[in-house]
Amino acid sequence: MVVDQLSDHEVDRLFHALADATRRDIVRRVIDGEYSISGLARLYPMSMTAVQKHVSVLEEAGLVAKQRRGREQRVLGRVEALQEAQRLLGAFEQLWRDRFDRMSDLLAETKGDNA
Amino acid sequence: MTVTNVHKDTDQLTMTITAEFSAPIERAWQLWEDPRQLERWWGPPTYPATFVDHDFTPGGKVSYFMTGPEGDVHHGWWRILEVDAPRRISLEDGFADDSGKPADGMPAVVMVVTFGESSGGGSSMSIETTFPSLEAMEQMIAMGMDEGMKEAMGQIDAILAE
Repeated sequence: MVVDQLSDHEVDRLFHALADATRRDIVRRVIDGEYSISGLARLYPMSMTAVQKHVSVLEEAGLVAKQRRGREQRVLGRVEALQEAQRLLGAFEQLWRDRFDRMSDLLAETKGDNA
Repeated sequence: MTVTNVHKDTDQLTMTITAEFSAPIERAWQLWEDPRQLERWWGPPTYPATFVDHDFTPGGKVSYFMTGPEGDVHHGWWRILEVDAPRRISLEDGFADDSGKPADGMPAVVMVVTFGESSGGGSSMSIETTFPSLEAMEQMIAMGMDEGMKEAMGQIDAILAE
């Protein structure tokens, strides 16, 4: 499984795809189980074409895949891209851990000195 | 200092991190209230922060810039939403253009900082950050994280990919 080495362009596509509430909702649903386009379209107050566009954006970002089943297109979720979001939150946690460390150093330095 | 709790929600794009300090709550509060202390910890050693304006009142503006190893300068701003010394601060944090004005189309995050007293005269500090999008999260991390950290993260990814 390759989760690193995404190009800048790929990262941009991933973030653009997840920056929309409907698309995030689609991802959540298809991670749990596959849907047809028409099944998805019934869930949102928008046209089938609009839903199809959202699915295309997600597909280009690698977040979902489409598969033909007989006469129907099924939409499936791909977990790897979501792991990227998790990785980013992990990096953010480290950022604050580092800040807390620096705060702690500063507090130790001025102990007994805050008249 | 001990990090006592970390809660991440990839759905809501929020992260809450809490640490305990041996210093009393009033002292911990100064880390935010005093711009000279803020600039000692906000940026990593390779991207030190300089706070220019620091109006720590509701509606007040705080502006700062961070200077990178190549002399590259990155501007940021806060808009203070609430101040309740020494218990709670909430603010918006965003990127600014070269003149220090909030950058167009660059989303801000909302941060809520909560202070508490703990037994033995220490204090706790909890930071809750809400990101408007994954994109914003990526930008914040890229700006706040020093190069060594990025390298370490890259190495972890490489190991996972094996």
